[in-house]
Amino acid sequence: MSTTLQEPAPRAAAGVVADQVVRRFGDRVVLDGLDLTIGRDELVVLLGPSGCGKSTLLRLLAGLDRPDGGRVEVPSRRAIVFQNDRLLPWQKVLRNVTLGLRGPDAERRALAALREVSLEERASAWPKQLSGGEAQRVSLARALVSEPELVLLDEPFAALDAITRLRMHDLVRELRHRHQASMLLVTHDVDEAIALADRILVMSHGRIGTEHSIRLSAGERDASVAREELRSALLADLGLANQH
Amino acid sequence: MSLSLTAPTQARESAPADREVFLPRSGQRHSLLGTLRERLRWPLGIYTTPVVLLIVWEVLARAGAVSATYAPAPTSIVSTAHRLWVQGVLGPDLAISLRRAAIGLAIGLTIGVVAGIVGGLLRSGEYLFNGVVQVLNTIPLLAILPLMIVWFGIDELTKVLLISFGAGVPMYLNLFSAIRGVDQRLIEMARTTGAGTARLITRVLVPGALPGFLVGLRFSLAYSVLGLVAAETVNADKGLGFLITQGQTYLQTDQVFVGLAVYSILGLFADQFVRILERVLLRWRPSYEAS
Repeated sequence: MSTTLQEPAPRAAAGVVADQVVRRFGDRVVLDGLDLTIGRDELVVLLGPSGCGKSTLLRLLAGLDRPDGGRVEVPSRRAIVFQNDRLLPWQKVLRNVTLGLRGPDAERRALAALREVSLEERASAWPKQLSGGEAQRVSLARALVSEPELVLLDEPFAALDAITRLRMHDLVRELRHRHQASMLLVTHDVDEAIALADRILVMSHGRIGTEHSIRLSAGERDASVAREELRSALLADLGLANQH
Repeated sequence: MSLSLTAPTQARESAPADREVFLPRSGQRHSLLGTLRERLRWPLGIYTTPVVLLIVWEVLARAGAVSATYAPAPTSIVSTAHRLWVQGVLGPDLAISLRRAAIGLAIGLTIGVVAGIVGGLLRSGEYLFNGVVQVLNTIPLLAILPLMIVWFGIDELTKVLLISFGAGVPMYLNLFSAIRGVDQRLIEMARTTGAGTARLITRVLVPGALPGFLVGLRFSLAYSVLGLVAAETVNADKGLGFLITQGQTYLQTDQVFVGLAVYSILGLFADQFVRILERVLLRWRPSYEAS
């Protein structure tokens, strides 16, 4: 189902290349000649108000939707973490993780992935028995179990409470060390963007408006002058400069 | 459920009138008396009302308020059933009816399930079956009986086909809409994990359609009993319907009631069967308690 275009010389250094991507819904142009490159091992956060086309772009990169113009090139091994956990309620946790796996060691790999999100002992639970944070960790494990080269995260922590969200940020940082993958995280949470990103892109008018490369240590991301400056710059980009 | 405004609990923690105090349910209210009262209020659960009606009926019949020709007392119906069983009438009749229902159900459910799955999974399957079944669904089961008799005669075939018609149509309709109703977001998610079509069907669509399938099964069982009754009232020389028709002819109302009682017991068993299936197969549902 993925119609990855066969180009003679793909830019192998990049995890994602999107060239002049256009997507319309009726008369409304949601993506208007958008360019985006994500390097290998890079975590890019896409920031923008709701309705700006963040999720549309993510769906294009996921192959769930086709562009009306331009070109999208992504690795064929990719995984998505959706806003809602989207666990199959009729399958136990382990079977949810093995959904896309083949081969005799599928269960062992799924258990390993569950161990990474500290949920190994919940493998035989039904999804209804999980808390919101646990369910989202299972969906993270489901995404990572196939060792994808690109992980797309569509506001994955938006529905979680603040404390759980902070724990999830730690988990994402930890998992990045173990899995070499490009990541694109879509969010509208400025603090989440600062906490996780190598690079923050702010969308406006169907394109990447501004771009901030983040070179802060973990401590600096929590509290520093540079962080506050970045934060107000991002809020200004989002048109929220006066509100904080 | 039980009244929480009883005096003892309020007395312990005297609160102002505009405050409410909630205490654990344990304590006095679970006393022996309370349990007994709870037990006595609905001693047989949902079957309390039917049993009460039976008792009232029995009393009225014994008092002579209703004539035995119209409605014989429940006890006399039971004794008639016993007599018919001993005479070797009820047993074979019941067996024949059950056999008809089983064959009809087997045919109807097979066709309904296969067509439902094909129609649910494939667009072309939908176009192939949906129109026909929608038309069939608008035709009352009893109205096609005359046509069936013309086509298939007055033998077993008509009876079995009528039952399978009654079972197949609701099964198809429910299974079709259940498969189509599986959450689109879950299908999308499954595709992104790299699961193939076979995985998608076995892990997402089929289990996701299971609740709808069980609804269909419930309707199928109910309609097949309906078909059974209709089929058996026409030219039957054995079976429960024959028993009822015979009872009517000779004004043996108690025999008619025996037939009705057996039908309703069959219906109850069918319903109970689906309930058990639901309890086993739908444990994952949030509405079912984990056990």
